[in-house]
Parts: sequence; C-alpha cells; structure tokens
Amino acid sequence: MKKLSQYTKILRSKNAGPLYITFDLIFETGEDMEYVRERLGRDLVAGAYGVDPADVRITPYAVVNAIKITFPRKHVSGSLRDDDIYGCQQHVPLSQIEL
Amino acid sequence: MLKIVALNGLLGYGYSEEALQIAFSEHVDYLGVDAGSTDPGPYYLGSGRSFTDRGAVKRDLSLALPLALRHRAPFIIGTAGGAGSREHVEWLLGILREVAAEQDLHFSLGTVYSDVTAEYALGKLEAGRLRPMSPSFGTDREAILGSSRIVSQIGIAPIIELLRRGTDVIVCGRACDTAIYAAPCVYRGYDMGLAFHMAKIMECGAMCSEPLAAADVMQGYMYRDRFELRPASPSRRCTTARVAAHTLYEQTDPYMIYEPDGVCDLSNSVFVQKDARTVSVSGSVFREAEQKTLKLEGVKLSGYRTVCPAVINDPDTIRNVDAIIQTVTDFVRKTAGGSLPEGSYELFFRKSGGPESSMCVIIDAVGKTQAAADTVCALARSRMLHTDYPGRKSTAGNLAFPFSPSDIHVGEVYEFSVFHLAEVDSLLETSEICVSEV
Repeated sequence: MKKLSQYTKILRSKNAGPLYITFDLIFETGEDMEYVRERLGRDLVAGAYGVDPADVRITPYAVVNAIKITFPRKHVSGSLRDDDIYGCQQHVPLSQIEL
Repeated sequence: MLKIVALNGLLGYGYSEEALQIAFSEHVDYLGVDAGSTDPGPYYLGSGRSFTDRGAVKRDLSLALPLALRHRAPFIIGTAGGAGSREHVEWLLGILREVAAEQDLHFSLGTVYSDVTAEYALGKLEAGRLRPMSPSFGTDREAILGSSRIVSQIGIAPIIELLRRGTDVIVCGRACDTAIYAAPCVYRGYDMGLAFHMAKIMECGAMCSEPLAAADVMQGYMYRDRFELRPASPSRRCTTARVAAHTLYEQTDPYMIYEPDGVCDLSNSVFVQKDARTVSVSGSVFREAEQKTLKLEGVKLSGYRTVCPAVINDPDTIRNVDAIIQTVTDFVRKTAGGSLPEGSYELFFRKSGGPESSMCVIIDAVGKTQAAADTVCALARSRMLHTDYPGRKSTAGNLAFPFSPSDIHVGEVYEFSVFHLAEVDSLLETSEICVSEV
C-alpha cells in the first residue's frame, strides 16, 4: 500500500470560486495516472473529507497526465467555520489515501 | 497577429521592469492586468477596501501607464481595487490620476461600474432567473436584501464597447479575469475559443512559465489558427506541460471554461513546444450560450471579530485541550449569559499541531458588536489560561501569548450572501459605462 502522494508529481488544492474546492493531481507518467484513476473512486475521496460521494467529480486530463477532483466546500470561503480562505492547504487528507 | 501583454498576475504584486521593457521592444497591441479576486474572501467586497497595497499598486501603474500610452496600446484593468465595487473602482482611479498628474500624462479613460442593487437581484429571483453557483449554497431572499454590496462580474461586452469608443485606459469594476485579454481579441475579429483560452492562461501573468511567478510579465500572440505564449523575462520559459497544467488551475472542470457568453471547450486543444521558451496552442472551441448569464457576488455583515492567538507547549496540557475547551465554552456561556445570550455570539477554538510538537490555539470570538466580541474573547482567554485538569503540574498557566496586547481586533466580519448566476437579456444590462479625459 502506497499513499497517493507517492504517485503524484504535483498534488494541490485551491478554491474554484468560494463555493468549490478543486484538487489537481499531476503525474510523471501516463501509467501512474492510469493506476490511480482506476483505484481512486468518489467514495474514497468523499470519505477522506466527510462529503457526499454524489457531490465529488473526478475528471482525468490526459494532456498533462492529470486528474482533477472537485466538490462543493463544506464551509463557504470566509464563512465563520471556514479555516482556509484560499483553500490551498486542503490537499493533505487526499495525499494520505492509501491505494 | 495581435500582441497582447499581461503586466502580471495581479496589479500590485510587482513585475520585472526589464521584462516589461523587453515586451515593449516590439509592437504591442494591448496591455492588460487583473486587479482583483474573490480568493482573499468576502471581507474586501464588504469593507470597500483592497487586499492589495496602495503603494505597490501605484508602483506597478507608474511604470506601465506611460509605456502603454507612448506605444498607443490600450491598457485594460479588470476588477479594480481587488473586489470591483464602485468604491474599489474609485480607489484605483485615485491612484491612476495621481500617477497621471505626477508624470503629466493625458488620456481618454473608460470606466465600467458593475454594481447591482439588491432590488435587481431580487427581481431576478422573483422572475426565476437566478440560480446559485453551487446547489449547497442556498438562495435566500433575506440574505439578498441584507447584502452590503452586490457586484456583477462583467464579460467582454462592456470592454469591447469602450475599445470601440477608442479609450486609452479601461478600468473595470468586477470583471471576469478572462475578459481583460479575450475582449481585444474578439473585438479585432479573432476566434473566441482561442481568445478565451489564451486569456485564461495569461490572466495569471507568468504563472504558466518556469520558474513560475504571478509577479511577472507574460506575452500572448494571437493568430487566426493558434495562439502563442512566451514570458517576457529571458530567464523564464513556457513549456507545454506548464501551460497545459495551468489550464487546470482554479477551474472546476479541466475541459470547460464557463463565461457569460458561453463555454470555451478545451477537449481538442493541442499544445506544441514551438521553441525553447514558446508554446503554441490550437483547437480550443467556443460555443455561445443561448441564455447569457452574469455572475452576481454579494456579501453581508455578520458581526465583529476579536481573536487571541496562543501557544501550548506542554504535552500534558495539549492532551487535555479538548476538555479544557469544553470547560471554557461552558464558563463563557454562563458568565456572559446575562448581557450576551447564547446565539448572540460565536466562539471558536482554532487548533493546529499536537502533543508531538506544540499546539497553536486561536481563540476566535464573533459578536454583534466589537465590544461583545471583546468580552467573549477576554473571558475565554483568561479562563483558558487557568483551567485545571487532572494531574496538572504547570499550574501557573496553560497558554503562551506571543503578543501584548493578547487580544486583537479584526473588525467587521462579512460572509458571502449572493453567489449566483443571473440570466440576462443583455450582457451590458449591469454595466454603467463612462468616458472622461484625464
């Protein structure tokens, strides 16, 4: 079992507007991307963040060996319970997923 | 061919003067810069302040403005003042006029204000023409009415109108980042798919280059069948990997860029390394939407905040921190109860770290007034400093305060109240367009 971060060259999170959080996973090779794409389902991602799997969108972007993951933020950016306004430190639970 | 230059990723973030000179060493058709974002959160739209620094914005303008005017390259500035409301536009115009006066510069100025009233948003809601940007973000009549400010995010239409009128400098209220760079391309008859794709990559300045920098100059070359990107600084280069990867950035979907006019489809985009520092892109396609939309962004005042940052180093204290926080929360509820009933304030303990290192706790109090927030924060801070737990040895105090005073006024707290798409009959219907001479 390896952690997701061991497969990725870039693993980042960022707001896609204040209502959504988006994750870019970029891989060194197409094989790595395919390996992760086949194993990383919406349930795994939803479980890591405590969100509804139905809200999680996973889109491969083969042009740069990448996978994009997007779901609505649990707390809208800047709302009282939010703790990461830009959303750029939300990638850690994803990086720890074991595949 | 059109040459379009992006000053940097955000006005006030700085750029290399040498790079800008290099960009202008050949003919430049248009200069653009994005001056705002919702990334820093709702406070700035609410307060009318900018998250960028006045001195830094002035520096960025005082080098670029004379160069653009001398080369007769219209200078397009999007989302003035950080959030793009009327107050933010006025703030930027103040700086612009100051630079013009100091350097004796004269030009025709086009301005687009894009504020809308709560009545406008409510009218859309009642007509069934307002939909939230995310299903989890509700559409709340009260929230719309209680908004301090609402702006619409304009697309290319008002900018094209001002280009048509021949203005030298165009300052926009809240605008799509892409509109700054796509508008001149579309105005001059270039393909909309290529225009919006190039704009999406350029709006971050040299973020799509290696080494990456939001704080530097990017050059875009628009042709009939492709566009090319090359950073102005000789030390940077565009690579297909970086440019294609930047297409992903801050987007919900890697293949679609949604715009007021329609959608830019990147499914068939092709990225080619033209030379060591230049990437060529083709194949991006624009599909015009039947129903045009404008995004509305609004914020409401939610209270006032006082915070107290503190550190716990003792692993025993850290292991008991949740019990301590419970004791403090109960104490504040009982003690403040008379003047501050439950529900009239919010108290959060923002923890990071753990027993293996040390823990930072930010006591975060939000009240209906600054005084209420002060009271809640002070009660929580003093109680937390001296809360006992079983086996406690460090009975002098639980918290290390890095500052005196320990409690800090953060001031007004705003939250997003409107983040919706409004269906419009005209993409100019929220724009107030003005032309004047400076």
